[in-house]
Amino acid sequence: MSTNFNIFAARLLSQDELFTQGHRACQGCSPALAMRLIGKALGFNMIVANATGCMEIICSPYPFMAWAVPWIHVAFENTAAVASGIEAGIKALRRKKRHYIDTGEKIAIVGIGGDGGTMDIGIQALSGALERGHDFIYVCYDNEAYMNTGNQRSSGTPFGASTTTGPAGTHSIGQTTQKKDFAEICAAHNIPYVATANVAYPFDLIEKMRKAKEAKGPAVIHLFAPCPTGWGCTASSSIKLARLATETGLFPLYEVVNGKYALSLDIEKLRPVEEYAAIRNVRDYLYDETAGCKDAQGRYRHLSPDLVARIQEQAHARYERLKAKVRMTQEW
Amino acid sequence: MKRHPTWKEFPLGCVVTTPGSAVLFETGDWRSFYPRTDEDKCIACGVCWVFCPDNSRRKVPRKVKRPGAMYADYFDFNFKYCKGCGICAAECPSCAITMIEEREK
Amino acid sequence: MTEPKRIAMEVSIAISEAVRQCDADVISAYPITPQTHVVEHLAEIAAQGHLDCEFISVESEHSALSACIGSSAVGARTFTATASQGLALMVEIMYIASALRMPIVMAVANRALSAPINIWCDHSDAMLARDTGWIQYFVENGQEAYDMTLCSFRIAEDNRVMLPITLNFDGFTVSHVVESLVMLTDEQVREFLPPFAPLYRLDPKNPVSMGPVGIPEIYTEARKAHDEAILASRAVIDEVWADFGKRFGRHYQAVEHYRTEGAQTLLVGMGGLTESMRGAVDSLRDKGKKVGLIRLRLFRPFPHEDLRKALGDAGTVIVFDRCLSTGGPGGPVASEIRSALYNLPKRPAIVSFIGALGGRDVRTSQFAELIERSEAIAASGSIPDYEMVGVRE
Repeated sequence: MSTNFNIFAARLLSQDELFTQGHRACQGCSPALAMRLIGKALGFNMIVANATGCMEIICSPYPFMAWAVPWIHVAFENTAAVASGIEAGIKALRRKKRHYIDTGEKIAIVGIGGDGGTMDIGIQALSGALERGHDFIYVCYDNEAYMNTGNQRSSGTPFGASTTTGPAGTHSIGQTTQKKDFAEICAAHNIPYVATANVAYPFDLIEKMRKAKEAKGPAVIHLFAPCPTGWGCTASSSIKLARLATETGLFPLYEVVNGKYALSLDIEKLRPVEEYAAIRNVRDYLYDETAGCKDAQGRYRHLSPDLVARIQEQAHARYERLKAKVRMTQEW
Repeated sequence: MKRHPTWKEFPLGCVVTTPGSAVLFETGDWRSFYPRTDEDKCIACGVCWVFCPDNSRRKVPRKVKRPGAMYADYFDFNFKYCKGCGICAAECPSCAITMIEEREK
Repeated sequence: MTEPKRIAMEVSIAISEAVRQCDADVISAYPITPQTHVVEHLAEIAAQGHLDCEFISVESEHSALSACIGSSAVGARTFTATASQGLALMVEIMYIASALRMPIVMAVANRALSAPINIWCDHSDAMLARDTGWIQYFVENGQEAYDMTLCSFRIAEDNRVMLPITLNFDGFTVSHVVESLVMLTDEQVREFLPPFAPLYRLDPKNPVSMGPVGIPEIYTEARKAHDEAILASRAVIDEVWADFGKRFGRHYQAVEHYRTEGAQTLLVGMGGLTESMRGAVDSLRDKGKKVGLIRLRLFRPFPHEDLRKALGDAGTVIVFDRCLSTGGPGGPVASEIRSALYNLPKRPAIVSFIGALGGRDVRTSQFAELIERSEAIAASGSIPDYEMVGVRE
């Protein structure tokens, strides 16, 4: 279950590039990396339905296209519905022996949307598609705000983060509500597979994509992918911050397989949230000494030690609750 | 791609029939820093290649052949596409990559 | 059934039976009064094995049309149905479906838009979708609804067209009535309707991308291409209707003339109410008045030339709209007809009436009255922009 991050195993990854270079994402865009890894996980036998958002805009300015697989973009909130239609269409055509009959292997149908396009405006279409049990994968790449439109808050924005529509100021701490527990919402639909993944754990992500494809029915991957432009951090730190989010317990990696919870990475001692939200001494952690920065994430620049402590408390409580769920469901 | 199509040349519904055509757009001129790899320190693990959002790491043969060395190649950057984000430098386990500012020669 | 036969059937059911005969692959629909019987019957025949399809019970109309785009994009024959608020909810996607050239067929049981909420017939839902780039027509009765459904798949899926179609029929007054109509045999429909062979589909064997970013350098050309496509579809529509007429004896035109010979006063209408309008024309003709009816069947692409020919020489044209363009210059159809006729060297007086909203009935006698009143209005030299009729003052 847990993937040992064996760095020399990079050679085990597919060499195929299904999400090519030349896309217009910002420097250091980790969602773009996530798309590249998803391509490697699923291979050419896939169809992508993409929501409006960063990943859609940067890959498709006419006539350029970064995806080397069939791809469709319709609108912002309906990706899961479009994916449902694709799945139903292929099923009908295959059954009526009109088309798609000689592909022995299942075509992976992947709906891809950001946190805004999934957890907010897209939740209805997703909930419907999950309830109907379509055989598809939905990947929500979570950069914790509406990044394509300039960092407006979403229900994926974490407590205390500053965004343009939930800015920190003398009268506000930024986001005052908790991040929506999206994986739990999907798990509540009783679908075969739900998992959280993190772009900083590429082999885990790829393994989870493969499991999602094999699942008979809907599968959802909640994929954590920092946005340096929106978060106000250096482009080089996006992977490091993603890793820290998991190591501090803010974004734990786990799976729910047919209702049974399992941790992908069981961290005995969580790192202090201060390392993630308010990095003061970077040199201990960074390898390259030239890229030192006092405040790692601009969106957390305003945090007082009190707030950091509160965030940590909440993260630890959630992590304990998750571990309890793991224990409880493993005993069934 | 020399000029945009006239309305008559338009494919049906704006369909793009050239998947993967993003490679025709070179993003290399976006960068202010480029990643310089120290060939000796590079252990050719491929981590930089895994983590590059722009698939801008490539295997190149080592300039200095080392007898008994495990890998004949090391990883260098693709100057046509590399945006200079520095993720490779930050993630390299052997600290082989340094970000150098691009300057006019 | 081996012979076409005359059968009494509720019109909604007849439409569903037509969809069955067309062997639709995917039906994605959400219930809304007064369209429910269409989707209920389709679900039933699918469950009984009479139609091999994927029936997606979506969670909203917006998702219904989105799922239709998905299924059409993989080359499946796709159908949906809606009305009123449902159509309003899917309008965002309607623009996209037509621009992406997805040949979806949608039956719309015309119903008034809220507020106040009203489940009965008027054309405000169809008018909301005027600019969406779909082919649109209005049927009058059950036979037309059935015939047009069969024609719709053939027109939409024709590679020269590849555009979605709304088939508008009156909510309740057409959708829920049992009418006597002739149903074709399954064999006849199979011969009439070729299989759907899309130009592009989402297939890993031959990948394409649909729905890219239309940068300013190309957006205008994209819209032009779409516009030209819908204008060019007219030729295919006429061709298919002509073929239908040749095979099955029922001939349909974009603009229909009823007792217009020598008529200086013409009444123009769309949809089920035109039956009452015909009655009014008959009663006036019996009295010796030279009046006629122009029935607009095809609404998009708008049949400018046909209307100019039909109306250009009249003295007075009365347009009866079943939709209020609130605060606008007149009923939607009246405004469009005025535009179409404006540049004629000699043009008729055009009187715009709006009525029969929200299921309000307009009787044959009332139409006759409107016709008679219009001539006076036209003669007075001061024609109001529009008049709402049947209002209790």
